[in-house]
Amino acid sequence: MKLQTATRLGLYAILELARDPERTLSSAELAERFGVSSHHLAKVLGTLSNAGLVRGGRGAAGGYRFTGNRRRITLMDIVALFEPVPGNRAKEPGEDTDIGAALQRVLVEIDEIAEATLASITLETMLKSKDSL
Amino acid sequence: MRSLPMTNIRPAQASDLTAISALDERETGLAKPEYWREMLAPDRHFLVAETEKGALAGFIAGEIRAWEFGQPAAGWVFAIQIDPKLRLKGVGSELFEALVARFKEKGVTRVRTLVERKDHLILSFFRAQGMVAGPSLQLDIDVT
Repeated sequence: MKLQTATRLGLYAILELARDPERTLSSAELAERFGVSSHHLAKVLGTLSNAGLVRGGRGAAGGYRFTGNRRRITLMDIVALFEPVPGNRAKEPGEDTDIGAALQRVLVEIDEIAEATLASITLETMLKSKDSL
Repeated sequence: MRSLPMTNIRPAQASDLTAISALDERETGLAKPEYWREMLAPDRHFLVAETEKGALAGFIAGEIRAWEFGQPAAGWVFAIQIDPKLRLKGVGSELFEALVARFKEKGVTRVRTLVERKDHLILSFFRAQGMVAGPSLQLDIDVT
């Protein structure tokens, strides 16, 4: 499975910030930690902030901190901010044919399994398993 | 601390069946008293959690199965149910840990379960216990 860059950065940022909700980190600090573009990460943090999951910002030096519930927010909640929601997409040409419909059933099966995985892993579960590595 | 004070975990008895069936029926909408009675068989592991007043807080049921689907012995969790009023207090985790401890006493090194893939709540619970996708994929056909 390939995630869009914004999704991956969103997951990096939320998990790093959720690790210690007391701590404030700027987009530049987060970008350096993961070796990614600070500009791109700033945009991603804006999306997370609009969703009410982090608070802070204002300028390159402004810090962000986690304001969500680690035990409630799942990986799917973050992915859904950046990726098209599965099942909520435009119809592709050929989907009404028998072959198109058969292919669609396979793709829906894959989407459902991916969604079950992402929606069942909370930030808390993710951070706990990382600690036990 | 999330733990319910003084939750007691013990093997289920025939006298628990009425409360177990009632809790399960409330949550699933299906009455299956015979199924729960069969869970009292000696080769099954059927545990209840009770509050300090002796009321049923939840239950878990499982069994060790070997060579089903070609796989060596593993502990299977068949069912877990917690009274909705007592959720998020760690009762489910306590029941799960108690069942795993019993499986381990019997020499089992893997624990498995099957979950409806759209039931993200119970999937999250097992994930929080450290469970991940297992080696098998369940396949299914409608033969009506």
